[in-house]
Amino acid sequence: MADTAAPADPPFRLSMLIYDRRYRGWTIQIVVFLVVMTAAAWLINNTLENLAALGKDFSFRFLGQRAGYDIPQRLIPYTADSTHLRATVVGLLNTLLVSILGCIAATVLGVVAGVLRLSNNWIVARLLTIYVEIFRNIPLLLWILVIYAIFTEALPPPNAFRGEDPAASMVLFDSIALTNRYTAIPSLHATSDPGSLSLGWGVLISWAAVAFVLAFVAAVIAHRAIRRWAKARQEETGARPTTWPISLGLYVVPAVVLWFWFGITVERPVLAGFNFAGGSNVHNALVALWLALTLYTGAFIAEIVRAGILAVSKGQTEAAYALGLRPGRTMSLVVLPQALRVIVPPLISQWLNLTKNSSLAIATGYMDLRATLGGTTLNQTGRELEAMVLMMLIYLVLSLIISGGMNIYNARIRLRER
Amino acid sequence: MSEIHAETVGYTRNTMLPPQPPPQRQSGAILWLRENLLSGPLNILLTILGIAVVWYLVSGVWPWLANSVWRADGLQECRAIITARAGEGTTGACWAVIRERWWQFTFGFYPRALYWRPVAAFGLLFVAIAPILFADERRIRRVVLGVAAVLTLLAMWAVNAPDGWLVAVAAVMVGGLVLSERRPSALLAFSGFYPVLAYWLLWGGSLWQPLMVLAGFFVGWGIYRLVGRGAPILRMVAAVLAVVAWWLWLGPLVAQTLAAALPLAIAAVTSDTFGGFLLSITIGVTAISMSLPLGIILALARRSDLPLVKMLAVTFIEFIRGVPLIALLFVASLLLNYFLPPGTSFDIILRVIIMVTLFAAAYMAEVIRGGLAALPRGQYEAADALGLDYWKAQRLIILPQALKVSIPGIVGTFIGIFKDTTLVTFVGLYDPLKSTADSVRASIAWKGTYWEPYIFTGAIFFILCFAMSRYSMYLETRLKRGDSH
Repeated sequence: MADTAAPADPPFRLSMLIYDRRYRGWTIQIVVFLVVMTAAAWLINNTLENLAALGKDFSFRFLGQRAGYDIPQRLIPYTADSTHLRATVVGLLNTLLVSILGCIAATVLGVVAGVLRLSNNWIVARLLTIYVEIFRNIPLLLWILVIYAIFTEALPPPNAFRGEDPAASMVLFDSIALTNRYTAIPSLHATSDPGSLSLGWGVLISWAAVAFVLAFVAAVIAHRAIRRWAKARQEETGARPTTWPISLGLYVVPAVVLWFWFGITVERPVLAGFNFAGGSNVHNALVALWLALTLYTGAFIAEIVRAGILAVSKGQTEAAYALGLRPGRTMSLVVLPQALRVIVPPLISQWLNLTKNSSLAIATGYMDLRATLGGTTLNQTGRELEAMVLMMLIYLVLSLIISGGMNIYNARIRLRER
Repeated sequence: MSEIHAETVGYTRNTMLPPQPPPQRQSGAILWLRENLLSGPLNILLTILGIAVVWYLVSGVWPWLANSVWRADGLQECRAIITARAGEGTTGACWAVIRERWWQFTFGFYPRALYWRPVAAFGLLFVAIAPILFADERRIRRVVLGVAAVLTLLAMWAVNAPDGWLVAVAAVMVGGLVLSERRPSALLAFSGFYPVLAYWLLWGGSLWQPLMVLAGFFVGWGIYRLVGRGAPILRMVAAVLAVVAWWLWLGPLVAQTLAAALPLAIAAVTSDTFGGFLLSITIGVTAISMSLPLGIILALARRSDLPLVKMLAVTFIEFIRGVPLIALLFVASLLLNYFLPPGTSFDIILRVIIMVTLFAAAYMAEVIRGGLAALPRGQYEAADALGLDYWKAQRLIILPQALKVSIPGIVGTFIGIFKDTTLVTFVGLYDPLKSTADSVRASIAWKGTYWEPYIFTGAIFFILCFAMSRYSMYLETRLKRGDSH
């Protein structure tokens, strides 16, 4: 060892930039960097020239101008006199509304369909297979158009519900009226109105809603504490104390107390004149889009759930039974943790897809982010570049948040191999 | 033991009893019913629910289908026929609309006299993909090519193709069939030539232009061979420069000269006449075939050791995946002109194809990255130990295995792209789903026709996408079988 002296570094030659592995990486990267920068400079230069030729500049000042158009479905106060910025926020909130409702419904539907597809029952399994294959292999746009057409063409107008012997009747114990213009659903009202919390920017939230949310959060925290205590107790004594009545009470009792405290009543939609009043009338653009997104994404989630359940080998269940675990505990301690590891990452990417697909609202005329910022605002102000850049940035941030959540989850459940 | 036994037992049967059939309740249809439909209270409830759902669907849809009308000149006439046939208050499907607008659904506004050109391009597509998709199953290749040849020629004959072209296409298809029996790998040359041929058949014009684009690749390859002495990177750079120079300056010049000497031109068709399934399939096939190589490059870049390359790939992929396709299509239709030198504007279909391809490539890259990550580290190390350089290792060891693992994801992405081609309707292209249905309803005769166009287009999309997913399952089982050897 000692007699083989380390060879002296050969003197640097220019060709080593290509032949020597130590330098080649740098050469390639610098070349790539130069090429990319040149291309970017070329594009930016073109853009500036084109903007100058059109007499435009690049500024977001248009967001402060008066919007001048109406948005029928909105979550925060908005009038035609509001600014484009507010219109953008209204659109973003509408996108979030239909996405969140869609994610919840599609997940429920997908889990039920995925489990039922594995059912022993021949008819049910075949029916669900047909559902999954049909919805997965036909474009979402078609489902949106068809469901919207069913709502606008096949449903009765609101005045068909009138009279002694109406042509149409409400569904679900007379609580929901499906009409060709909107869907009338019941709404909640507080008789002893506690006033509203102002979040600024004209956004008001009823104290009753705040109280319910706080009660729910407190119940979740308390529930987790009880579970921790029960686990510690089990480790100590070997017997797990029965906690479910307390946990159930934690969720139910405060809700019931608050319900009576605020005197909350359910108001059903009632026909007054030509339209329904009392409940809330939800525009069919939203309902149809939500339904189509739910059915379409539900089919994909069903496949994910089925694959996840099939991925847990039967031996796992049998081993758990052999250890003497009851079926419920087997499911919650052995099968579900393993199945969820397979299910959750693709499930989250389906939520991401649903959020992006909500931009197909363009087919129903639902005023989402694309319809406000990327639609009417863009057309009125003629600021294509700014509006599109801003819109894509917002979608990008949304999806980065969702995939960030997925990464955190993946890191938490990663198999820790020893 | 045996003796005692023999003494205590008076009688021993020494012939076997013939096997009895299982009891009636344990076999055949009854057993199947008991096990699959009526095994417990929950199962019985599910069965009843299932039958109720089936009954509800069938009783709702069947009368409508049973009263189908195939020949009528308008919705009013359809309804009159149905009322006359089945009585007042009945409804029925009016398929006459599909019959009348069939060409519009298939070809959009493509010139009627030239329908045979897209048909020929579509038929020849099967010759081009045969060596790639059905690489080593001669029987399947034979069936697919034979059926494609017969159907293509029949369809071309039905749309009045000129006899010369009919013979030429027949010759190519028969040649492809023969070649696929003898030397399938030789068909790959046709696969390479096919994009030029398809472009020429669809858009028409001079053959020399697309041919020169293809020639660019040969020029690049020739330069790469010529600079044989240099380092691989130098050769690569020289080849790329040569290709760019060819495409920008020399190629068009040569094309002009050759076109002047020998025209080889057919009637040109502009992009705004493309529509219906012709448009969907054109965009879908182009985007599908180009997104795979792009996706592979992006996936390799994302796993690269070079931080800058990796960063660029991650930025690109995450940006594309974070934005809805509609936004990208609007970029193609509204913004692309801002990014190009003043005064240039190019075809909207081409712009849309580029955007759909980039979109698909980003998703494809993620699918392939999954496949690359699934390979055991030992494969990479073994390739290094054999002394293979980066590209050889990827080409010979890594990619064949990684692509095999990711087949379900790749085909899933293909299906997604094909379904997404319907979104081009929002940038003013004439897709089969929305634009065609809207324009059908815009005519007075068919005002109010909703369900038939949707069911028709939906059925075609279903058939194509379902076929793709079945093909991927076939491929998976075939490759799995290959593993066990």
